[in-house]
Amino acid sequence: MNKILLGLLLGALLGAIDGGTAWFYPEARAQMAGIIVGSTIKGLIAGVAAGVFARRVNSVPLGILFGLAVGFALAFLVAYMQHDHYLAIILPGSIVGAIVGYATQKYGMTPLTAR
Amino acid sequence: MKQLTDKALARLRNGAELPDLSGTRYRLLQQVARGGMGIVYAAEDRDLQRRVALKVLEVPGSQGELASRLMREARVLARLEHPGIVPVHDVGTLADGRVFYTMKFVEGQRLDQYIESSASTSDRLRLFQRICDAVAFAHARGVLHRDLKPANVMVGSFGEVLVMDWGLAKIMTDGLETEVATDAAISHSPANRRNDTLGSLITGHGRVMGTPGYMSPEQARGEVESLDARSDIFSLGELLRSLLGEKPSARLSTRSAARLDRSLDAICAKACAQQREGRYVTVQELVSDISRYLDGLAVEAHRESILEKAGRFYRRYRFFILLIAAYLLMRIILLLLIKH
Repeated sequence: MNKILLGLLLGALLGAIDGGTAWFYPEARAQMAGIIVGSTIKGLIAGVAAGVFARRVNSVPLGILFGLAVGFALAFLVAYMQHDHYLAIILPGSIVGAIVGYATQKYGMTPLTAR
Repeated sequence: MKQLTDKALARLRNGAELPDLSGTRYRLLQQVARGGMGIVYAAEDRDLQRRVALKVLEVPGSQGELASRLMREARVLARLEHPGIVPVHDVGTLADGRVFYTMKFVEGQRLDQYIESSASTSDRLRLFQRICDAVAFAHARGVLHRDLKPANVMVGSFGEVLVMDWGLAKIMTDGLETEVATDAAISHSPANRRNDTLGSLITGHGRVMGTPGYMSPEQARGEVESLDARSDIFSLGELLRSLLGEKPSARLSTRSAARLDRSLDAICAKACAQQREGRYVTVQELVSDISRYLDGLAVEAHRESILEKAGRFYRRYRFFILLIAAYLLMRIILLLLIKH
């Protein structure tokens, strides 16, 4: 699978799962749909960014660092808008970014025309 | 009458042995190897200004069995144009009547020297795959090597691999089976200046039958007519064991001394099965199993248990699994923190 598509799909999936974990926080259950959609979009953006990065830079450590940074930035933005739950949003969001960054470098394929 | 000393006699004998290269474009440099039938010299091709290996018969004459064998060996090499097989440049008869052929002058180290290096297992396996590619190519052209062993493989300075000494090759095409039994591999490596047929079994009329420890059981029994690709596959299996650091003496014992990975051990065991029906049918099958091993996939030679499968899955996706585990752990810790 090409790197951008892999990043997009994996980012969206992990983002949705990450958003779904909000169910474990009783006070957030009322806003589950919004949280899941928002988290999916966040994962999707991080995934596409990691995929584009992986197409340009062929390095697993740099891919992980880039994913971590993008995940952190997006999660910080979400937490900043809520002015709450910084730790609960930023830490998992950053790790999701790192996972997507790693996966796009390791398992994504570069199209022949892009080489 | 004055008597000549032994030293003087040896010098005279060496002088008389030197091939007469007048009328050719080659200039003799030095002797690099000697076998039962011929001598290999380093020579300079004056036209192309490059160094070549020149193999020449010890005895004069362009007729006779030895001459036709040397010509046949050159023709075997000529039909095997492959980056992993030493190429022949020229063939002919010298002014002194001796048959010769020239080939690429190979610089580098022999595989038995490379084995002693600190190369990783994956590097060794990739190198082995390149050896297999050359042998598979020869098989596709109807040629069996019949003397595959570390001493007959050269590893160049850039990691290139050259399978040498096709003197024992057997041609199996058009229903005509021809044996080529000659001598000596050629290389610039000092170790190669020894007699390169050392260790090979030589039976009547100088016919080399193979090397103990590397030749297949059917080859050792002298079943020349029934040899096929699986005989070379046996030798490749033994060569792989050597490449992975197993000593020949360990192979002779019932259990291997070096602790090979189970999958690799199974690949070697399948290639070296005593009954040829139990071996890989083609060299490509052996290469595919090595590729699967390198890619972290299950090999055909070994049926894995559930635990082994899980272990291989973990090794293949270790970092990914660790990242997921870190995520889950963090989620659990966060949940616990919030609940308290």
